[in-house]
Amino acid sequence: MSHAATAHHTSTGLDNRKIAFWTFIGSECLLFGSLIATYLVYEGRSVAGPTTHEILNIPLTTISTFDLLMSSLAMVLALAAVHRGDKVWARVWLATTAGLGTIFLGFQVYEFQHFVHEGLGFTTNLFGSTFFTLTGFHGAHVLVGVLWLTTLLVRSFQGKLGPDKALNVEIAGLYWHFVDVVWIVIFTVVYLIQTTPLPTA
Amino acid sequence: MSEQPESGHGQTAHPSTATYLVIAAILTVITVVEVGVFYVPAFQPILAPTLLVLSAVKFALVVMFYMHLKFDHSLFRAVFILPLLIAAAVIIALLFLFRVLGA
Amino acid sequence: MATTAVPHAPAAPAAPRGLWSWITTTDHKRIGVLYGVSAFIFFLIGGLEALVMRLQLGAPGASVVSAEFYNQLFTMHGTTMVFLAIMPLSAAFFNFIIPLQIGARDVAFPRLNAFSYWVFLLGALFMNASFLVGPLFGADALSVAPNGGWFGYANLTSPQYSPGPNIDFWVLGLQILGVASLAAGFNFITTIINMRAPGMSLMRMPVFTWMSFVTQFLIITAFPVITIGLVFLMFDRLFGTTFYNVAAGGDVLLWQHLFWLFGHPEVYILILPAMGIVSEVLPTFSRKPLFGYAVVVYSGVLIGIVGWGVWAHHMFSTGLGPIADSVFSASTMLIAVPTGVKIFNWIATMWGGRLEFRTPMLFAIGFISMFIIGGLSGVMHSSPPADLQQTDTYFVVAHFHYVLFGGALLGLFAGIYYWWPKVFGRTLREGPGKWHFWLMLLGMNLTFFPMHFSGLLGMPRRIYTYGADLGLDTFNLISTIGALLTGVGLLVFMYNVWASRSQPAAGKNPWNAATLEWAIASPPPVYNFAVLPTVSSRLPLWTEGGATPIPDTPPEPVHVPGGSYWPLVTALGIVIMAIGALMHRALVPSLLTGIAGAAVVVVGIYRWAFEPFEV
Repeated sequence: MSHAATAHHTSTGLDNRKIAFWTFIGSECLLFGSLIATYLVYEGRSVAGPTTHEILNIPLTTISTFDLLMSSLAMVLALAAVHRGDKVWARVWLATTAGLGTIFLGFQVYEFQHFVHEGLGFTTNLFGSTFFTLTGFHGAHVLVGVLWLTTLLVRSFQGKLGPDKALNVEIAGLYWHFVDVVWIVIFTVVYLIQTTPLPTA
Repeated sequence: MSEQPESGHGQTAHPSTATYLVIAAILTVITVVEVGVFYVPAFQPILAPTLLVLSAVKFALVVMFYMHLKFDHSLFRAVFILPLLIAAAVIIALLFLFRVLGA
Repeated sequence: MATTAVPHAPAAPAAPRGLWSWITTTDHKRIGVLYGVSAFIFFLIGGLEALVMRLQLGAPGASVVSAEFYNQLFTMHGTTMVFLAIMPLSAAFFNFIIPLQIGARDVAFPRLNAFSYWVFLLGALFMNASFLVGPLFGADALSVAPNGGWFGYANLTSPQYSPGPNIDFWVLGLQILGVASLAAGFNFITTIINMRAPGMSLMRMPVFTWMSFVTQFLIITAFPVITIGLVFLMFDRLFGTTFYNVAAGGDVLLWQHLFWLFGHPEVYILILPAMGIVSEVLPTFSRKPLFGYAVVVYSGVLIGIVGWGVWAHHMFSTGLGPIADSVFSASTMLIAVPTGVKIFNWIATMWGGRLEFRTPMLFAIGFISMFIIGGLSGVMHSSPPADLQQTDTYFVVAHFHYVLFGGALLGLFAGIYYWWPKVFGRTLREGPGKWHFWLMLLGMNLTFFPMHFSGLLGMPRRIYTYGADLGLDTFNLISTIGALLTGVGLLVFMYNVWASRSQPAAGKNPWNAATLEWAIASPPPVYNFAVLPTVSSRLPLWTEGGATPIPDTPPEPVHVPGGSYWPLVTALGIVIMAIGALMHRALVPSLLTGIAGAAVVVVGIYRWAFEPFEV
């Protein structure tokens, strides 16, 4: 019985997993697109309860947005480190990405419980329902990303994240950047473009 | 075209660390501008289009450079852009259908 | 094209046997058979639901079933036929046939493929369990199955108007099924893009593979939309959010938009694979290549794209306004063009050919004629003023049964008869096959043609009975007789399956067809191709040198991946989570079950990711 190495033919020269993952990202565009569309359609239609102007904290969210943007930087640096076989910096940057992601989640948790304290709950009104569902889905995606990055970090410490495994890190990076990009849209559309008319004096 | 299937990277060079840092700086500056524009009363009438353009630039920078789409095989671009366009069209259509936009 | 060198474990033995080998299989051919058998069983269940409905409607004022049970029947009939019969029957063909047609040894992600099947089966069982588990919710048996229509309009489905678990079963069941479809979508898109044999460019792929390719793109873009719509409904029901709550400012039309944004691409998901099958069968039995291959492919792509722009034609009676009505009316009329183009190309394929009226060909021709009728009533719907009379009447029921039964189902039966010898090694018998076809064609027309008339005369949909003075008796009686006749045709098919066990071996290419799957043994060896062929023609077996020779045995051992049970475990975890959500009226058991399910999912994914598995 021979253990011959067999060539795996591909039609494009590209890896199956990368193709599949970009397809998945395309699908996620529709997922978040539907959530964003609903948020926009329902903006200003709450019958009672707090609305955007009264409760969204732009300075705080600017910081968390910046945090997430920097986490994307850490991610590309992590991938570059894995490519060149730099174990130390790969671990530093993977940990930094996961850490910044965790900090982002911390901001979200703080914001959510603050809103609830101010009277905006999940079921209070349309704004609560749409806001928490949209940002909650995003936050869940960030959490999955943090777990994924932590797993990669552990693999690195086990000596199993050499340059030959760079694709695994690249795909985790695609996921992470996409989650960041979704937040770019959410930050603009939910926090900065508040179309609910300001209450008249 | 012969490429390494494991990474899917083209023959073109990766952006350097310097490039990544420059992108990060641009993203930061644009974010600061966005928030600044939010607070400047003169911008209120054109707030939405201004912010949409600025955030579209951020979106494009992250996708093209951090997600490497600019340098990768055009197949990935196709597989991403098509659903993205559908999502954008759906959002715009629903905004019209629910009379958020339009007369 | 490029290659990678991958070290392999020694080749596995040929096709393992036994129940455990089926449970852990990652072989696309076995997964295809699993889908086919399961889909057929659910098709019978959906058919039974239809038969009971027809018995109830056979005479005015009948009391075969109560109104409440009737609501469950039509809801489950629709949901079952769409999600548990037609889609998985198409998936059976995607699984078995696509790798063979493109010259591959399996799909891109064999374990993900198995995962899709198990999630589908468990989701189907979850939803159908609702018929039995009423007593667990303090209700009678046969009372908690989904009952809000297959389209579940808000706010009938709200916790206020549907307080029982019926809609919970529906929402959660569909979410589970959505996961299966999405996973399969990523798998087949990658497979078709990246695993074609050398020389098989996209424009040399068989049309069935092309139409399936477009279908997968529709799946991965449309399913997320209904996922979100269902999430909103689930949150309203479980947590009291206000997405579809009018008093809180919500809009019930949001549900309709989100549902039909998915729902319209869904009907193209249902029909395109069957169109692909017909595009294979017609050339084979006309002894002529498909007329206008490129145009047929482009039309399919165009249908997929324009199909995203027509959804609100399901909402012409909801007050969208004249601009929206006009836009969607125009796009709906437009989509008839590529559809018509395909029909002309199919007819031109047969024109001047040496026609052989074997059973697959009969079903394919049946598809074309029935689909034309269904398409005509569809174009009638495209005019909003006309549709105002037609919508919510039996006229619509006639339309979609002509395209889905006369179209998709007849097309799928064409595929079943056509590819049966490839899958099982023997053809189905012609005699019973022809009886099956004619009985089904006659039965189908008797059932659904009168509905055009009863619909235009005003018979509404989703009613469990009707008055004797409305002039609808005869139409309904004919429909009921037709339904029984269709059932007989189906029994003939089942007899045919049983009686064909003793048919002679079919050989590699019993129909003398042109595409790659007919170049290998029937049934294929576990590794499909002893040597991957190089292809230089769209019709490799009809062209001199169209494909390099494929020996009967491999010159060196071929690696075949082993099985895995982690896909099944992960699938189980998902269903356990759904059961937890179902129990939401009892908070603590619900949370514990949900968390247990999530733990199973996480463990399953990690074990799956790290187990040694080589494709």
